[in-house]
Amino acid sequence: MRQIFHFSLVLLLSVVLVGCAANKKKGSAEVEDSSVNLQADATSSGLSSDDSGSVQVFTTTDNTLDLEDPLGTRVIYFEFDSNALTPEAQRIVEAHAEYLAGNPGMAVVLEGHADERGTREYNLALGERRANAVADLFQMMGVMSDAVRSISYGEERPVAMEHDESAWSLNRRVEILY
Amino acid sequence: MIRVFIAGVFTLLVGLLSAPTWAGIIIEVTKGQDTGIPIAVIPFHFQGQQRPNENIRNIVSADLYRSGRFLSLPPGDFLSRPSDPDQVRFKDWRLIKAEALVIGRVSELGNDHYEVSFYLYNVFKEKLLAGYRWTVGSSQLRQVAHQMSDYIYEALTGIPGAFDTRIAYVTVEKDSSNIRQYQLMVADSDGHNAQQILRTNFPILSPAWAPDGKRLAYVSFASRTSGAMIWVQNVETGDRRKLLQEKGTASAPAWSADGRRLALRLSRDGNHDIYILDVAASRLTRLTKHPGIDTEPAWSPNGRYLVFTSDRSGRPHIFRISAAGGPAERLTRAGRENAGASYSPNGKHLVMVTNQGNGDQIGVFYTGNNEVKVLTDGPLDDSPTYSPNGAMIMYATQRGNQGVLAAVSADGRIKQILRLHQGEVREPAWSSWKQ
Repeated sequence: MRQIFHFSLVLLLSVVLVGCAANKKKGSAEVEDSSVNLQADATSSGLSSDDSGSVQVFTTTDNTLDLEDPLGTRVIYFEFDSNALTPEAQRIVEAHAEYLAGNPGMAVVLEGHADERGTREYNLALGERRANAVADLFQMMGVMSDAVRSISYGEERPVAMEHDESAWSLNRRVEILY
Repeated sequence: MIRVFIAGVFTLLVGLLSAPTWAGIIIEVTKGQDTGIPIAVIPFHFQGQQRPNENIRNIVSADLYRSGRFLSLPPGDFLSRPSDPDQVRFKDWRLIKAEALVIGRVSELGNDHYEVSFYLYNVFKEKLLAGYRWTVGSSQLRQVAHQMSDYIYEALTGIPGAFDTRIAYVTVEKDSSNIRQYQLMVADSDGHNAQQILRTNFPILSPAWAPDGKRLAYVSFASRTSGAMIWVQNVETGDRRKLLQEKGTASAPAWSADGRRLALRLSRDGNHDIYILDVAASRLTRLTKHPGIDTEPAWSPNGRYLVFTSDRSGRPHIFRISAAGGPAERLTRAGRENAGASYSPNGKHLVMVTNQGNGDQIGVFYTGNNEVKVLTDGPLDDSPTYSPNGAMIMYATQRGNQGVLAAVSADGRIKQILRLHQGEVREPAWSSWKQ
């Protein structure tokens, strides 16, 4: 009996997670708590920073969030083992760079991540490489380097827990945190 | 063979039936060898009023079983139960085909102290091989049992035992607010006596034992903007300090065998390279200088070389460099990637994480002929660590979608899963012998 219950629970969770994954692909659905609030907020930065006292979840019906606006997108994604910015990522990064260059008082943390394949230490470095790739583009576009902090959590803070490419592609990311 | 199989299945069943409540430490032997030294470990004779909580004979028997090199004969088969040398009749033991015999006594001395003694015999030669006597407090009885196992193991195999050792590892659990809590733990190498060294809601990685067995270096994060940093903590006093005052991130600490130097990965100018810290002088020397990612340094036992992971030639592979500096030589060529290498205690080969097309597996690399022997199934195996006698490799793997620790013998013939904690377990580090 318990086994059937557990199986159904697993099935239910899988359905829910697949649903969430579809939203995350848009890039901002799970990070919208910081995109709505542009002040540096020590307690929120999307799913990955669960070191905060609470996880804030905003629904996607929030009218102030424009999912087509690259500035509203706070996550960019990468190919496996790569820290190269895709054209889509570049578009988003450039929008943030323009915003930062025009607002010298703002500071940003770039959080780099990797999927779980490979060793943890290598992934820690790879995540930092990805964050630095964004930081380099920021700098090229006139953002002061002391406004930017690049760090990495490697594979330690995945947003998707499954062991397949759809999860891995969501974990290979840099989060732009104000 | 059947007994090993049944024992393995039994522990597996106990594990399954006990879910989801935590069943305690379980070590499942998933692949045992069928030719071990048949050994009879006689239940110890107890003299006194108050039996200690620890059953020395059972701990020794479990140690020997876990090594995969012994067939522990069941006490139900014993024709006699000697506890003194003059009670031993070797015929009784030849009859049940025991090759080795262990007898012992535990005596209560009062004031929570005990005297423990044992004798080990070669049955066919009717010869005493080893014996020892301890006087200890009750809190040291488990350690005495492991030391006894070490004596027995070495006398019968010629290799020092590694039972009186400790492991460090990291656990991850979600707390009541669904936030990941990380713990750095230290336990005996059989999983008992686990103690929490650190608890934080930031990730903990790469625990590394100092050779004196008293300090652990590890990687964690000071704040949401700090990036990775190395700490060194005394596991007895709890004293901890940040290793470096550097702007860049630091990780992958590795102690030299004499404990005087720490190799590490540092990114000073946005570039990931290997540095060596002279601990006493607090002096940092750069070892590699390359735009690629250089990380995961590991010392050769003689301190003359380091191996490390580098992606300077594309995908990550293992390179070797002299500790005095100079050019780096690529060691691994086969496989898609190789990373996380460390030397065997005898310095003759490396254990590493290898991807040969089947995901991440643990493999042993022979520098002589460049051969890689894959020891585990993968596909998400990581963090191999040698026992100090080189006989076993502990590593992190997945079972039922959860991180667990596992161990495999260096020749691949013995395999175990260690269920030490109800949450995720990862990042094992095996200490040297207790000093």
